[in-house]
Amino acid sequence: MVLSARLRREARAESVFRVATLTSALLVLALLAGVLLTLIHGSWPALKTFKWSFVTGERWNPVADIYGALTPLYGTVATSIIALLIAVPISFGIAVFLTEICPRWLRGPISTGIELLASVPSIVYGIWGLFVLAPILQHSVQPWLIVHLGPLPVVGRLFQGPPYGIGLLTAGLVLAIMILPFITSVMREVFRMAPLSLKEAAYGLGATQWNVVWDVVLPWSRTGVIGGIMLGLGRALGETMAVTFVIGNAHRISASLLAPSTTISAAVANEFAEAVGDLYTSALFALGLLLFVLTFAVIAGARLLMMRLERGTVQRA
Amino acid sequence: MSTLRRRRIVNVIAFSMSMVATAIGLALLCAILWTLLSRGFGALSFSVFTQMTPGPGSAGGLLNAIYGSLVMTALGILIGAPIGLLAGTYLAEYGRNSPLSTVVRFINDVQLSAPSIIVGLFVYMLMVMRMGHFSAIAGAVALGIIAMPVMVRTTEDMLNLVPKSMRDGSAALGAQPWYTITRIVYPAAKNGLVTGVLLAVARISGETAPLLFTALNNQFWNSNLNKPMANLPMVIFQFAMSPYGDWQRLAWVGALLITLFVLFLSIIARSISSLFGQHGNPGE
Amino acid sequence: MSIRSIKLRAIVGALAIGGALGVASAADISGAGATFPYPVYSKWAEAYKVKTGDGLNYQSIGSGGGIKQIKAATVTFGASDKPLEAKDLNDSGLVQWPMVIGGVVPVVNVPGIKAGDLEIDGPTLASIYLGEISKWNDARIKALNPKAKLPDLAIAPVYRSDGSGTNFLFTHYLSKVSPSFQSKVGANASVEWPVGIGAKGNEGVANMTQQTSGAVGYIEYAFAKQNNMAYLRMKNAAGKVVAPEAGAFQAAAANADWEKAEGFYLILTDQPGAASWPITGASFIIMYKTPKNAADSLAALKFFAWAYKNGADLARQLDYVPLPEKVVKLVEKTWVASIKADGKPVWTEK
Repeated sequence: MVLSARLRREARAESVFRVATLTSALLVLALLAGVLLTLIHGSWPALKTFKWSFVTGERWNPVADIYGALTPLYGTVATSIIALLIAVPISFGIAVFLTEICPRWLRGPISTGIELLASVPSIVYGIWGLFVLAPILQHSVQPWLIVHLGPLPVVGRLFQGPPYGIGLLTAGLVLAIMILPFITSVMREVFRMAPLSLKEAAYGLGATQWNVVWDVVLPWSRTGVIGGIMLGLGRALGETMAVTFVIGNAHRISASLLAPSTTISAAVANEFAEAVGDLYTSALFALGLLLFVLTFAVIAGARLLMMRLERGTVQRA
Repeated sequence: MSTLRRRRIVNVIAFSMSMVATAIGLALLCAILWTLLSRGFGALSFSVFTQMTPGPGSAGGLLNAIYGSLVMTALGILIGAPIGLLAGTYLAEYGRNSPLSTVVRFINDVQLSAPSIIVGLFVYMLMVMRMGHFSAIAGAVALGIIAMPVMVRTTEDMLNLVPKSMRDGSAALGAQPWYTITRIVYPAAKNGLVTGVLLAVARISGETAPLLFTALNNQFWNSNLNKPMANLPMVIFQFAMSPYGDWQRLAWVGALLITLFVLFLSIIARSISSLFGQHGNPGE
Repeated sequence: MSIRSIKLRAIVGALAIGGALGVASAADISGAGATFPYPVYSKWAEAYKVKTGDGLNYQSIGSGGGIKQIKAATVTFGASDKPLEAKDLNDSGLVQWPMVIGGVVPVVNVPGIKAGDLEIDGPTLASIYLGEISKWNDARIKALNPKAKLPDLAIAPVYRSDGSGTNFLFTHYLSKVSPSFQSKVGANASVEWPVGIGAKGNEGVANMTQQTSGAVGYIEYAFAKQNNMAYLRMKNAAGKVVAPEAGAFQAAAANADWEKAEGFYLILTDQPGAASWPITGASFIIMYKTPKNAADSLAALKFFAWAYKNGADLARQLDYVPLPEKVVKLVEKTWVASIKADGKPVWTEK
């Protein structure tokens, strides 16, 4: 009898623990659903009022209660593209250095150093960007761009206008630094996974080390590299505080990368706490929803690629 | 011969560029740390830890903000870590290859990289609007939500490193899975789990965006969780965006403190996990 | 294990300290809104805390935010430099009164230009903010300042991105003096600016102006004074060039007839008088007529009464203009008449 009572107690403990872990796992899903529902609920009045013109509208006027997300959307995408254009080559270079050239004893310290860039809080990037980077850009880099690239046809339009120091370009640069460690980390991992046999075969054919990287390792790890880049993109799209400091907070679309603009996250961060009126608040929720959908699609895509990669390597191994 | 030569030259150029890229990456880290040290260290003084945030043009410190950050980070971890631990346990132990686990794992990975400002909006509607005011507890919940996926991910990874034979041995002695997990697997993965907590603390202690519309800020000392509470990130944001020299100096001190704290935690977490034989990915 | 226990001890320690120190902050008054009066409110709050032990937790988030917070009843009082119209006040069950008067001042960050070196008139300022004048050595700026050394530098107009009473006063003035500004931008707390950099709060505009070479911004005078920023002198409605200082704000405020203004709705831009500063304005406090928490409201009113009575010197030190005693009497009469709990006035003191 005593034994069976103990067994019952054990069984109860087991089921309690099991249910607790299951509930927690389900909570992860519930949280996502909750966030999505909250955002939809919050943005409903704005979406109902503006319908598609919320996404296509360029005007953002809290006084006239007209809200169009095109400017922040443009700013979000533009800054993220600038960030990728800068971060991807640098990350690639670092990953190649770490996997191919770097002496073994130096690998640890250097990769730790690069990864620490990811630990620096985003608000620190923000004040660094505003107080250190923006003045350098305003006084040295931007005047040079305006003089040398500004007169060029087509491309020149990206580099015209006064040098304010803050704007799309500055925000893109700061974002590039912030996503660099993430892209580097993924690239390094996938480069390292490239099968030695393939590399050795290439060397046997007389390939230089760079040939092996460019023609063997990179094609082999394409999926992972794209996944890493998309992961970086997902980060860049949603980054808030650093961008808020250096974007210039202007609801305007200009052709020039030097012009102040705004992003979805910066607009929400700046305006939400003091938004007057239900429609205004709702429009900011709708911006949040837009950001959620955008980043979810990109990050989910990245994760799917990386999951495929993991499965692929398991099969190959 | 000439193609070989060309290929050698390309080789040298390409690898030189990759070294330049690495130098750029490290130089950026040094530049940021140097800025923080040169601007923050000079303004660092004892009063930073003993006085409250001042009004404009007065002397003061960051005591209330440091306290608020400690309290909200600790509460955030207390909320996020247990749930994350249990969910990670489900993924590693009970669920493993079930379809539910695959979905949870995927969604959790997405949440790891999801924009934290959205969590702020979520908690605003969930708590701030219902309670009718900003509060430290809302801020802590927002931080907890951000800490959770970090904990889920590291827990699963760390538990997976515990050899299956240990579980089998325990089961063979007639132990229920919960007993095996809590008495055998958790202790075996202890270092890894601590790493997870440290990474989660590092992740949330510098977060600003989720606090913007939850904890808000407070000029004064407040220990009431039901009221707005000062915190370092918000104070840095407010002070750095102000024209006052004193405030800007305090913002740099705050930034230095937070960064050192976070970097310190990251390095500790990294050393524990490398001792444990697991390569940790920051914020991943 | 040792790390965990150390961390635990640290957390417990922090909480314990909190418990010990946290007793004093029981009677904090909570308010939010205008950044324009923030320098003086924070000075008053410091002095009041020393005197009474009661703190004021004032979030300077902009007038728009202040109106939102008070309408959502998340604070005891809201503050705005853009007065609410009488109808809006009645519809929302609110009451407002002026607390202090100050001036909005254009400031610049141009190499070699010090405070008061340059002068400017309303139409030229409007043209800068419309993007029609884009360089500091533009002929129209030179015409006003024949002696000044103006560089060939791009003008970076800095404006308020948030809902702001300072914005309202500034655009209200520019709309009065420039028809094209009136039609293209208009007067309001937040408007669509055709050029420039957005910044939050008076603090943000001052900060961005300091950070950006070639910038021009507009801020309450105390912000310029506290931070030694290069303000401009302005040509007023009488055609005279005046420097921003308490006397000039006072001269503009002398035109105010508060007794006739329903709900204290009064705007003081572009006032007549040779000494008047053209962009002068009052900052208002907004509270509920029947507050949910009468004790909180009384605590706030006590603070305001104290500030009226004892805060004039602190205000003058920052070049704000305190309200004359006559107006203070009027305000206190309004408190007795309008703010009630259970049918009885919340404010009873004399």
